[in-house]
Amino acid sequence: MRKTTRPPLYGLIAEFDNPSDAVAAARRVHEEGYRIVDAFSPYPVEELSEAIGVHRTHMPLIVLIGGLLGGTLGFLLQVYVEVISFPINVGGKPYYSWPAFIPVTFECTVLGAALFAVFGMLALNGLPEPYHPVFNAPNFALASRDRFFVLVESRDPLFERERTAEFLRSLGPLEVTDVEH
Amino acid sequence: MDATHRYTAPDAVARYRGRALLAGADFLVAGVVLAYTLGSYAGYGGFVQVFRSYLVGFFFCTGIAVGSLAWLSLGHMTGGAWALTSRRLFEAATRTLPFCLVLFIPVVVSLFVHEGGRSLYEWTDAARVAGDEALKHKQPYLNIPFFVVRGVIYFAAWFFLANLLNRWSAEQDTTGDPRLRRKMQDISGVVILVVGLTATFAAFDWGMSLEPHWFSTIYGLIVLSGWGLSALAFVITVATFLRHHEPMNDAYQPLHFHDWGKLLLTLVMLYAYFAFSQFLITWAGNLPEEIPFYLRRLHGGWQAVGLAIILFHFALPFALLLSRQRKREPSRLRRVAILMLFMRVFDLVFFFAPSVHAGGEAEFGARDLLTNFVPMFSMALGVGGIWLWYYFGQLQTRPLLPLGAPELEEAIAAAAEHH
Repeated sequence: MRKTTRPPLYGLIAEFDNPSDAVAAARRVHEEGYRIVDAFSPYPVEELSEAIGVHRTHMPLIVLIGGLLGGTLGFLLQVYVEVISFPINVGGKPYYSWPAFIPVTFECTVLGAALFAVFGMLALNGLPEPYHPVFNAPNFALASRDRFFVLVESRDPLFERERTAEFLRSLGPLEVTDVEH
Repeated sequence: MDATHRYTAPDAVARYRGRALLAGADFLVAGVVLAYTLGSYAGYGGFVQVFRSYLVGFFFCTGIAVGSLAWLSLGHMTGGAWALTSRRLFEAATRTLPFCLVLFIPVVVSLFVHEGGRSLYEWTDAARVAGDEALKHKQPYLNIPFFVVRGVIYFAAWFFLANLLNRWSAEQDTTGDPRLRRKMQDISGVVILVVGLTATFAAFDWGMSLEPHWFSTIYGLIVLSGWGLSALAFVITVATFLRHHEPMNDAYQPLHFHDWGKLLLTLVMLYAYFAFSQFLITWAGNLPEEIPFYLRRLHGGWQAVGLAIILFHFALPFALLLSRQRKREPSRLRRVAILMLFMRVFDLVFFFAPSVHAGGEAEFGARDLLTNFVPMFSMALGVGGIWLWYYFGQLQTRPLLPLGAPELEEAIAAAAEHH
């Protein structure tokens, strides 16, 4: 059997019972230089994501491109249908009557943006993901109830099992546990 | 929050108050002279043009006051840090309503001014009404006494409701009574309803009846969203200005500007949606009683004005406000807000000025751009400056933050921590 080079541990996770401790800990972790970090909370805590520096994503750009693409295609479709493929005289107006195309163009912009938003989101966050090691952490089910978690992955260059665990414990969590693969 | 930190208006407000009055008076005089001279020269009737230009200023300032009333009640109903920190700025604007009633007097006077067969409101001219079936038919609604009574009723309703919200908010400062919050929230639903209806009728009376043969059912919403837009842009501008002065520099946080910026983006889109809807329906229907409104506005240089409105009232601010960074940066957001205030006046000129030919005479031409835009902008700055003087006076009478609101400290602290 091929020997894997995978490190034996996925990471270390610290558990908190309130959001402010978790945010403070996440900030300290970030300040300490850890970058491959994640945080989990039962409801969105904007400070938490900002603390670990994951706020910037490519989503806005993806949605913008989707919107522009949808709008352009929607408009061109109408031009093709109304002017080239099947011209019909409506109320004596010119075939190329752009004001009449605007509502559909707008709807297509929204449609394009929405589709790109959903699939872009799935592409970026990797969902659906049937298996994730973080669920091996003992109390992790509580992350959807009343607990807050800060995770440092072992892939992080600064990660050293003993030292990192010591550091996390100094941040006042309920518990620091290993996360197995 | 320490007791000495009462958040009173900075001295700069007093300083700018005097300047606003002075500049306003200058522009008003210049506006009257320009409107009379250019109006006579262009053959609109000098005095009629003075009143038409004045109407732009009156409509703009009253729009900020009424729009502020709508924002104020919306803020009471939804809650949130954006509403708490901007509350006093909107309240001061609603307290200018009695002053706006004074500004309404010249509009009443205009009903009696006829000059060489021309009047600001065509339906005030008895001779014209007598020879026009449509105007005769509309006379039970469009007549001078009823117009004035309706105007007074709108102002009375706005003032009554604004007064309740202002009084309770001031009471909250001193007593901190938690029931007041509930009271303000409850009345706010009524305010939204009443403002929606009265503003629609005010828009029909003051704006739409400039062209009494024409009608548009969405006109009330166009005007109301325009008022909401100018009120918000105005308050954002005031907030960015106050932010440079003690004690407000810590109070307004990037998060608050971010929220105001998002609301501004919403209103920019909402206004464009309403305005385009009116155009699309009128254009598609192409009916003889509706289409002249746009025919007058799509010829002789006015189509360029329409294009400028699409570009600078919608496309540019829309693109600018997409940026998160721009919304959070007060000095950059301010530029967009000032652009919107400017474009609101620009759009009012587009709506009001071509009504000079509503009687169906000659088409408007490029020359008319100059003879309308110059006096109307001057008048908007004039009335606006004097209104601003009154507004700053109101701003000085109360703390700039609702000190008694239970959520205030949290609203500022949470936002501060955020950044």
